[in-house]
Amino acid sequence: MRPQAVTRVKPQAETRVKPQAETRVKPQAETRGFVTHDQAAANLNGERILTEIIVVTSGKGGVGKTTTSASIACGLARQGKKVAVIDFDVGLRNLDLIMGCERRVVYDFVNVIQGEASLKQALIKDKRLDTLFVLAASQTRDKDALTKEGVEKVLADLSNDGFDFIVCDSPAGIEKGAFLAMYFADRAIVVVNPEVSSVRDSDRILGLLASKTRRAERGERVQEFLLLTRYSPARVAANEMLSIADVEDILGLKALGVIPESSDVLNASNKGEPVVLDPESQAGQAYEDAVARLLGEERPMRFTEAGKKGFFSKLFKG
Amino acid sequence: MSIFDFLKPKKNTASIAKERLRIIVAQERSARGGPDYLPLLRRELLEVIRKYVSVDVDAVKVDLIKDGDNDVLDISVALPDRNDGESNSSR
Repeated sequence: MRPQAVTRVKPQAETRVKPQAETRVKPQAETRGFVTHDQAAANLNGERILTEIIVVTSGKGGVGKTTTSASIACGLARQGKKVAVIDFDVGLRNLDLIMGCERRVVYDFVNVIQGEASLKQALIKDKRLDTLFVLAASQTRDKDALTKEGVEKVLADLSNDGFDFIVCDSPAGIEKGAFLAMYFADRAIVVVNPEVSSVRDSDRILGLLASKTRRAERGERVQEFLLLTRYSPARVAANEMLSIADVEDILGLKALGVIPESSDVLNASNKGEPVVLDPESQAGQAYEDAVARLLGEERPMRFTEAGKKGFFSKLFKG
Repeated sequence: MSIFDFLKPKKNTASIAKERLRIIVAQERSARGGPDYLPLLRRELLEVIRKYVSVDVDAVKVDLIKDGDNDVLDISVALPDRNDGESNSSR
């Protein structure tokens, strides 16, 4: 016997509330069918360049947002695109280190917003790629230094300067900095590790992208992409790690790219050279593939299958 | 790590992770889709019910479900077994 009282109440208000989860169940077709930036620009006969704003976000910290922002920005610039990459992590500036321009930061994002420097003064031109610029986060501890209007103005000015892409490197969490990094985005790269807390936080972020962005407010959608990082095919094969399919299945989104776990990532950050610039690195090549897919190219996933381990490597490496 | 580790049977922890995520993500999505007052409503209902019956914290379920063109507020309360006073876990 299981005594159970069930009450059904019909609310008077018959407003239909649309659950967000439902709205992004089948994104596969969309991912393939989008108008690429190139097509959009060509449609306008080059009269006006459309700027695309891409947020790199994750919710959880330490999953590889800054590494991804740096490599995606570099990768796009290497394809001849004019790219600005902005660090939204006010108080904890780090993108400059990953990009290797930390000693050239004079003015930062907050200086520009507060009118203490021009955008031109604050943009740091990359030494390797002519069309790549970095806007560093400020080190101020004032959380309210970023404002929605201020961010909007900087993004509009970059757009008027003819930038093709603006990559917004979001801070971790779901506070103001993360909110502002995603608010104006056209596309979102959600960086996720094949690990429970990261996947859960990503789902939370996907919910926010579908409700707390300018596009959502206008009834449009931010185009979402998953990017798996720190993926270990061998551990997946041993059923110790969530697979690409598992993560895609849980989050209802296809992966834009899968970056294998690699010591090259730390080496790259040690040197201040985004890993995508390392032609020897599998992680770098995986980022390059992701950039190509972002630009509308179809490429198969690489480095996602475990190589057959011989008896001796099993014996000695475990 | 012992050199004989590979001889031990592997645990299927990835499957456990997937199952746990599937449940928590579904639960959080349904809460997210609904109006903001649902969690508070649930908590207050629980408080009222607990004045009269001793029930588990997860005994009260409040969901917004679709019934044709209407949204239906579905409230279900699992009462404890009468004789032993313990919560009935079956649903």
